[in-house]
Amino acid sequence: MSDPRLEVDLAGVKFRNPILTASGCFHYGKEFAPYMDLRRLGGVIVKSLSVKPWPGHPPPRGAETPSGMLNAIGLQNPGVQAFIDRDLPWLVQRKVPVIASIVGHSVEEYIRVADRLRNAPGVVAIEVNISCPNLDDRSLMFSSNPDATGAVIRGVRRVSSQPVFTKLSPDVTDIVEIARAAVRGGSHGLSVMNTALGMAIDTESMRPKLSTFTGGLSGPAIKPIAIRCVYQVSRAFPEIPIIGQGGINSGADVAEFMLAGASAVAVGTANFTEPTTAKRIYDEFVEYLTRKRIKDVSQLKKMLKEG
Amino acid sequence: MSPTKDAAWSGQVEVFAYRRLAEPYHSLTIVAPDICARAAPGQFIAVRTPDDRSLLLRRPFSIHRVDRRPGWAGTVDIVFDIRGRGTEVLARARQHTSLDVLGPLGRPFRFPKEQTNCLLVGGGIGAAPLLFLAEELRGHGHRVDYILGGRTSEHLLRPIEAKRASLTVSFTTDDGSSGTQGVVTDILEERVRATKARVVYTCGPVPMLRAVARECARLKLPCQVAWEEVMACGFGACLVCAVPVRLERGAGNDEGWGWARCCTEGPVFSASRIHWERVEDAPAGVTT
Repeated sequence: MSDPRLEVDLAGVKFRNPILTASGCFHYGKEFAPYMDLRRLGGVIVKSLSVKPWPGHPPPRGAETPSGMLNAIGLQNPGVQAFIDRDLPWLVQRKVPVIASIVGHSVEEYIRVADRLRNAPGVVAIEVNISCPNLDDRSLMFSSNPDATGAVIRGVRRVSSQPVFTKLSPDVTDIVEIARAAVRGGSHGLSVMNTALGMAIDTESMRPKLSTFTGGLSGPAIKPIAIRCVYQVSRAFPEIPIIGQGGINSGADVAEFMLAGASAVAVGTANFTEPTTAKRIYDEFVEYLTRKRIKDVSQLKKMLKEG
Repeated sequence: MSPTKDAAWSGQVEVFAYRRLAEPYHSLTIVAPDICARAAPGQFIAVRTPDDRSLLLRRPFSIHRVDRRPGWAGTVDIVFDIRGRGTEVLARARQHTSLDVLGPLGRPFRFPKEQTNCLLVGGGIGAAPLLFLAEELRGHGHRVDYILGGRTSEHLLRPIEAKRASLTVSFTTDDGSSGTQGVVTDILEERVRATKARVVYTCGPVPMLRAVARECARLKLPCQVAWEEVMACGFGACLVCAVPVRLERGAGNDEGWGWARCCTEGPVFSASRIHWERVEDAPAGVTT
């Protein structure tokens, strides 16, 4: 049998394979270059970018939990201009398709970041990280409110030259309602999902394990939640491409997300354990497709047996 | 594509020996010729916990010592105390246990360019990287003296090996069970004068590092600290291991400080670069 076809089309953007790396879990790529050929990746979703540099939170910023980790990095980043000047050319030179993740504390800030990235060479799509407190609305997360979500996405769409993906949070009553607000706001695709809010306490010192007390839970611990979210959202919006993410650590995990309805996936926390993780997952996934005699990766999302 | 020369070595290694040291401490010797050949004092290795795959992350351990004896496969020693589930499992590793390691990682201690008297100041298990440092400094012709501190005599990390690697060793313990009762900085100035030390290397708990850095600043001695912080990846990608450092103002930085990554920009920092006002003495609960 010939090699399976891996190319995927997400909202008009072609990726050479569906295995991307998740925002915040691959920095801006450089740290992984000594270990793997980055061209093996479908693309890199870079660490979230804000208008001005964000300092992030004090340590401790991470705590391991069973089959997962909590983080409270606080979206530390050098700002969108530093990324464009310093990190983007490096990625472009290595022919790595870049999805730029963007954050803000207000609709206005999101729009300003998206505007800076407009027509930026090598940036093939925008992922809007809406899991951020809305300072215009007394610290409510954008991601938990359909109106705030819709407002951000409409604003970003107005200035973006690239397709827009909205990254949904699982910490909502009804994820389909937020997905609908994003799609109505003009989101071309959806990233499902962000970390789940969690907390851990050290019982010896009786202190929270993170400086911020609560933080984002990631890793295999959250995978069943992510599969459920992808499934619900893909059934509600079958035409909208989904980038599945949450605890992926094997080729079988990639297949599971695609069976649930994802068109592509992003590998997150597993990159921290081993800098070559994404390459291993790619190899395992190709082996899976070959063994299952699946000729085109796009078929997978229609293959879930629900009868 | 095979890993480039910038890559740390990664793979399975075999435990050659497990040893129980003084009461709180454990030691593992691993057969890792590639890491051994490239390691420099102050660097660390990141070890996955064997058996329990629900523990996702690697644990960083300072390289305590290497053995490069010709004719042997090079070995690397780590020492640790039990701080959580990961180190608990690791303390059950025995000869022939296979471990997944990545290393050497991080920036090492910088050595004096000319022949210099060096004072090494270690507290508790934090003294781990200093034995490797002492042996290498001596190999480069520098005089090495030691101060080892701990809560009790049992908490002094490998005092006999410290003595073998240096000209003099002085001890301080909180309870007076060995050496001077008190903390390392109680005797630092006296030891600097007695040994004519021109540079200080230190590693240990944050309150000790802060006190040593302050004392060195007062005595106008350069001081390098090996920092310890919770890590997720160990190679610069996750931004978990943040250390507050002073930065030049301007060029997008109005505050005069920022976070450095302990794993790639450290773990060794010049004490004068640390922004001590932003360092917490007793941060939130940490288990590894």
